[in-house]
Amino acid sequence: MNPSPILSVEGLTVDFLSDAAPLRAVDNVSFAVAPGETLCILGESGSGKSVSSSTILDILDCPPAEIVAGRIVFEGRDMGTLGPAERRDINGRRIAMIFQDPLAHLNPVYTVGWQICEVFETHGVCRGEEARRRAVELLGHVGIAEPASRMDQYPHEFSGGQRQRIMIAMAIALKPSLLIADEPTTALDVSVQAQILDLLRDLQREFGMALILITHDLEVAASMADRIVVMKAGKIVEQGPAREVFTAPQHDYTRKLMSALPAEPAAGADRRSKSERGETLLVVKGLTKTYELPKSMFGKARSLLAVEDVSFSVSQGETLGIVGESGSGKSTVARMLLRLNEPTAGQAFYRGQDIFALDPSEMLALRRKVQMVFQDPYGSMNPRMDVFTIISEPWLIHKDILPKAQWRARVAELLELVGLQPDCMGRHIHQFSGGQRQRIAIARALASDPELLVCDEAVSALDVSIQAQVIDLLADLRNRLGLSYIFITHDLPIVRHFADRIIVMRNGRIVESAPTESLFGSPKAEYTRMLLAAVPQPKWSR
Amino acid sequence: MLGFIVRRAMQSAVAIIGLLVLVFVLTRLTGDPAALFLPLDSSLEARQEFNRLNGFDRPIYLQFLTYLGDLARFEFGMSLRQNRPAMEVALQAFPHTLQLAVIAISLATFFAVVVGSIAAARPGGLFDRVASLVSLAGASAPDFWVAIVGVMIFAVGLDLLPTSGTGGPLYWIMPIGVLVLRPFGLLVQVVRGTMIGVLSTPYVKTARAKGVSPTVIIFKHGLRNAVLPVITVAGDLAASLVNGAVVVETIFGWPGIGKLMIDAIIQRDFAVVQSTILVTACAIFILNIAIDLAYALLDPRIRRQTT
Repeated sequence: MNPSPILSVEGLTVDFLSDAAPLRAVDNVSFAVAPGETLCILGESGSGKSVSSSTILDILDCPPAEIVAGRIVFEGRDMGTLGPAERRDINGRRIAMIFQDPLAHLNPVYTVGWQICEVFETHGVCRGEEARRRAVELLGHVGIAEPASRMDQYPHEFSGGQRQRIMIAMAIALKPSLLIADEPTTALDVSVQAQILDLLRDLQREFGMALILITHDLEVAASMADRIVVMKAGKIVEQGPAREVFTAPQHDYTRKLMSALPAEPAAGADRRSKSERGETLLVVKGLTKTYELPKSMFGKARSLLAVEDVSFSVSQGETLGIVGESGSGKSTVARMLLRLNEPTAGQAFYRGQDIFALDPSEMLALRRKVQMVFQDPYGSMNPRMDVFTIISEPWLIHKDILPKAQWRARVAELLELVGLQPDCMGRHIHQFSGGQRQRIAIARALASDPELLVCDEAVSALDVSIQAQVIDLLADLRNRLGLSYIFITHDLPIVRHFADRIIVMRNGRIVESAPTESLFGSPKAEYTRMLLAAVPQPKWSR
Repeated sequence: MLGFIVRRAMQSAVAIIGLLVLVFVLTRLTGDPAALFLPLDSSLEARQEFNRLNGFDRPIYLQFLTYLGDLARFEFGMSLRQNRPAMEVALQAFPHTLQLAVIAISLATFFAVVVGSIAAARPGGLFDRVASLVSLAGASAPDFWVAIVGVMIFAVGLDLLPTSGTGGPLYWIMPIGVLVLRPFGLLVQVVRGTMIGVLSTPYVKTARAKGVSPTVIIFKHGLRNAVLPVITVAGDLAASLVNGAVVVETIFGWPGIGKLMIDAIIQRDFAVVQSTILVTACAIFILNIAIDLAYALLDPRIRRQTT
């Protein structure tokens, strides 16, 4: 298949040493990349995909990691036989790497120009004025406007997408023959993600680089990959041309992954609510929030319009999706509804009651009916409480819900409802996986018998296959308990099969509000069309 | 940046005035200066006359107002003992202390950065263990004991160095040697700890992926990020040295401001006590502003807030 691979990894096995038995992070992994080819390593968190790529660059910390077996051959040389200086010379010159979180991966105290020039200086290519000239050229090449004047700025002065462009500029400085990209777009908004992926594609074509793209995102993988390696728990479970892996997955795990892909038309049952709409629960009118910014020494006070004139309503049994990129004000809307933030203007009525006019005891009663599920289940639950204490806490506050004698039985019931074993109620949050934690968060939200559940990016931190499970659970609960949802997300495809109606927000305003089908079928707003187009399309169908 | 300095100076001024009130009251609580200055058998009239001449018989708030008025005219009172302006006495002693402090803290910081960084490169390695042991010993050894043992060995036993006093370069070696130990020990620990943290950050991983050598990673990427906490601690330590290393100055007969202050307190020489405290307080406030500016200089993320 690959007559002359530029890189081949053979039988790589890596252990992580711990107090107990060593943990096998990568188990007998072999793959190869040909020049100009894109190989996607697809896997969920903890599957060993990042460890494998770090090993290629020899930047794994040993200890705690230990390379037990395996050979890495790059451009015909066995990397294991090279001395440290020879090995280092390959990094940055022949193989380069970009990472998930560009802000953390750029040194905060040096200018971006300095950091790009360092590549030239480290490898003795050039220095001084010549290095600076080439760095400016590179910045322009990766699409930074006015590169010469931005050279002397620091990483924190750039946006997320620009920082990733800077990382890419640094990586391609010496025209490496292999670029490893470790989740390069995971921290970015969809529209920025599309731009970065385009840039990587263009550069690859221009330089003929081989690209190893590590991702957990099926859509990204489908849009970029020539070949795909699927990893699970440190092992390769499937490997082959992208189209085959996506259209005819062989392994059970791959099939499960593919079925979680929301864009697949055949995937999953329709999760949208079937039940008849009930009465109107929530009416929001002209909701507005401005933040006063600290004024600079001589400037006048400035304010930031976070949410402007947002109106919508939610009926019983209905699911409203609020979609927007970071900074669109979608989370602020949710926080105001629960009065975690106070609105600047606007009204919100819950069953005819003006939420913003409630006194504290009435608000307490409302909080019973409107519950929230947050993005980070680990951060939003007290790590020192066991699961029983977490779930039963609402009953401690709202004393009339349940007599104490029935708490244990009800917690068991709720845990079963969200698909967990009742006997785990004595355990602590850190003993659960991300998906299980989110189930516990949902169980806690359900404890006070709510009518409306506000989910703020509730599945964004989870792996794809887990995302699908959690959404299935929410849909199931809606049908069984007649719940309503406000489901806030940055991920448009996710809500396609779940929401009845979708609001698209941008810069604090609603740009489009429509029933799900018509929004996907015939988007009215330019921005919605752009968001839909930014969802990566499979490479083979382009 | 000028605005920042002015703002800090004004904050400092408030603190200094508070300090002056406190010192003014406390010194006068130590007892009647006449009891120490006049012969034991001096008459009551003579003591009253002494207090009247020096204004000690007036209510304390009037004394303080007079003192503030004098301060505004840069008059700091006369030393009762030396019969010279108190500020002159303090300013004469201060350079001795300052030189000692600057040299000691510079040496301690320099060596701590080198030793701590190398130790952090391989935590748990041989160098790290030796460095940890030495720095712990340095930080914990009582300075008076080290000073006395030093005098015994190098001055009395080997006769290589003078026991005390000021003079040529040889006189500096022991006081500085003793003063360096504690800051060095503490700073090695700080540098090592921060550096280990910095070396595990993602941007160090990037540098390794770029092919940057370990030495450059530690001393360019690492140090610039690890240096902020080091400056904070070094600044604190410097402040305690500027305050006068009383023990060391006393043992080595060093005519510094710490020794002067203690002597003045014991002798109830109020004007000198107040002057020495004013001088050291100003020095420490200048030091703190300098530290803030160093922060801004070294970390571009802080820079914006100070401009």
